Amino acid sequence: MKRKHRETLQGYIFVTPSIIVSSIFLGIGALFVLFLSFHHVNLLTNNYRFIGFDNYIRALNDPMLHRAIRNTLTFSAVVVPTQTFLALVVAAVLNSKIRFKKTFRSIVFLPTLTSSAALTMIFMFMFNIRGPINQALLGMGFLAEGGNINFLQSTTWAMPVIMIMNIWSTVPFYMTLYLASLQELPKSMYEAAEIDGATEVRKFFHITIPYLRPITVYVILTGVIGTLQMFDQAFIFSDGDGGPANATLTITLLVYRYAMGPANAMGYAAMIAMTLMVFILTIAFIVNRLNKEERLY
Amino acid sequence: MVKKIKPMRIILYLIMILISFTTLYPFLWMIAASFMPLREIVGGSMRLISPYMSLDNYLFIFGVASDFPRWFLNSMIVALIGTIANLFLNTMAGYALSRLEFPGRQQVYYALLALIMIPGQVLLVPNFLLINALGMLDSHTALVVPVMVNIGFIFLMRQFFINFPSECEEAAYIDGLGRITCFFRICMPLARTAIATQAVFVFMSFWNEFTRPMLYIRTRALFTLPFGLQSFQSRDGGQMWHQVMAAATITVLPVVILYFVFNKYFMIGIRMDGDK
Repeated sequence: MKRKHRETLQGYIFVTPSIIVSSIFLGIGALFVLFLSFHHVNLLTNNYRFIGFDNYIRALNDPMLHRAIRNTLTFSAVVVPTQTFLALVVAAVLNSKIRFKKTFRSIVFLPTLTSSAALTMIFMFMFNIRGPINQALLGMGFLAEGGNINFLQSTTWAMPVIMIMNIWSTVPFYMTLYLASLQELPKSMYEAAEIDGATEVRKFFHITIPYLRPITVYVILTGVIGTLQMFDQAFIFSDGDGGPANATLTITLLVYRYAMGPANAMGYAAMIAMTLMVFILTIAFIVNRLNKEERLY
Repeated sequence: MVKKIKPMRIILYLIMILISFTTLYPFLWMIAASFMPLREIVGGSMRLISPYMSLDNYLFIFGVASDFPRWFLNSMIVALIGTIANLFLNTMAGYALSRLEFPGRQQVYYALLALIMIPGQVLLVPNFLLINALGMLDSHTALVVPVMVNIGFIFLMRQFFINFPSECEEAAYIDGLGRITCFFRICMPLARTAIATQAVFVFMSFWNEFTRPMLYIRTRALFTLPFGLQSFQSRDGGQMWHQVMAAATITVLPVVILYFVFNKYFMIGIRMDGDK
């Protein structure tokens, strides 16, 4: 009996810190977003005024928000398929019978270790008007002398540069997931197919692709959730304002601007965050459902 | 058949070299620029190797006039304290959820399972207000406390202890060791691979964290490296690429060293992530 009590006590002592921290900063945080989204907040006077659905209605006529949504969705639509495809290709190459695999794998993994701040600085340097990329383009004759592209201040180029940067930095991580999965693919499956006279192409489409389905779903879902919340790189790139001319304004960056900027619209910012959260959770839920149903067969 | 394979191999090597080159290219420029004087960099004809290379930029960022050494120290302190807190708290919670019988255990597990779903960036506004209300604004506490536990790693440790035989602990109880002593003296050392895996990833996420310091820290002397790096750039107005690149190199270096020294644990960690 005494031992049982001790075990219970130890259990509570061991889980309490985790429960407290995660309920405050995740649980209460999420409820607080919901609460704030129905309020007008004045931080200086510490005044929260209930305004019903006004924040939500206001969103319908906010060109800035629509711009941020468009930017973010475009970003996701370009980055997720590209990073998934490249990750698969690199993993397939690394899984083939080549030498120096370990060296290649170590090199390819480096971007994953780099902080978004250092990474963004490096890319801004590379793409600056007199930087290495412009020099290389001039050198190869793609640009006329003096025709340097001002990537960082160009409304056309700013977002693509962030996309390239993001893809460059996320491919290694997803590649490693694919590689781990490929290495566990049972060889017997290929051998059986070879006996049946299957060609390389058939093997790839009928064995490898179906085998990689669950991991691909995971990679795409993680990619979508990540890109929908893109913040750091756009923030650093534009020094927090989503410029030039809102070209790099993402949803979370707009949340930040409304909440912390001169607009002082915390409630409205919370409404945007709340809607994004619901959107992300819905996608995750639907994907998990579909994936589970598939597995029954 | 043999003849068919060879050109295929060469193509694979070429692809691999191309990928490695693409990966290394930005790092090479970062390192090169970190040794160059600014006029070389903005001159428009910079090469990766040049006779003008020197350690001047490094001497500057580590010099007396610079906040950089302080930011480095801040980053190190925050990352180390945060990592140690995570290791203990996650392991304790994971252990309790797998090995200990107590009322409400299942409910705690389900609650954590729900909380892990909440996307982090979305909580920027409420967490700012919470940190403000708790009086933690503009302190390193704000950088550690909200992330001193990690539900993902709690689950990882839970899984570890589920798969791990409990004979050692039982033997220790018989020898008269107390439950808590037993956990710290027997269980934690036995779980060292799982704990080391946690450690490298947690340290890396603290070291690289940008958003939290940017939101919570106002005093320049309290900045950590990633936010400091950004302010290096914007505050000094002009494009001080030479110093920024030296600072970036130093920022990247500790994690790269960690990666090569503890490579095994990085690989274990990623494999676990894919198993989710």
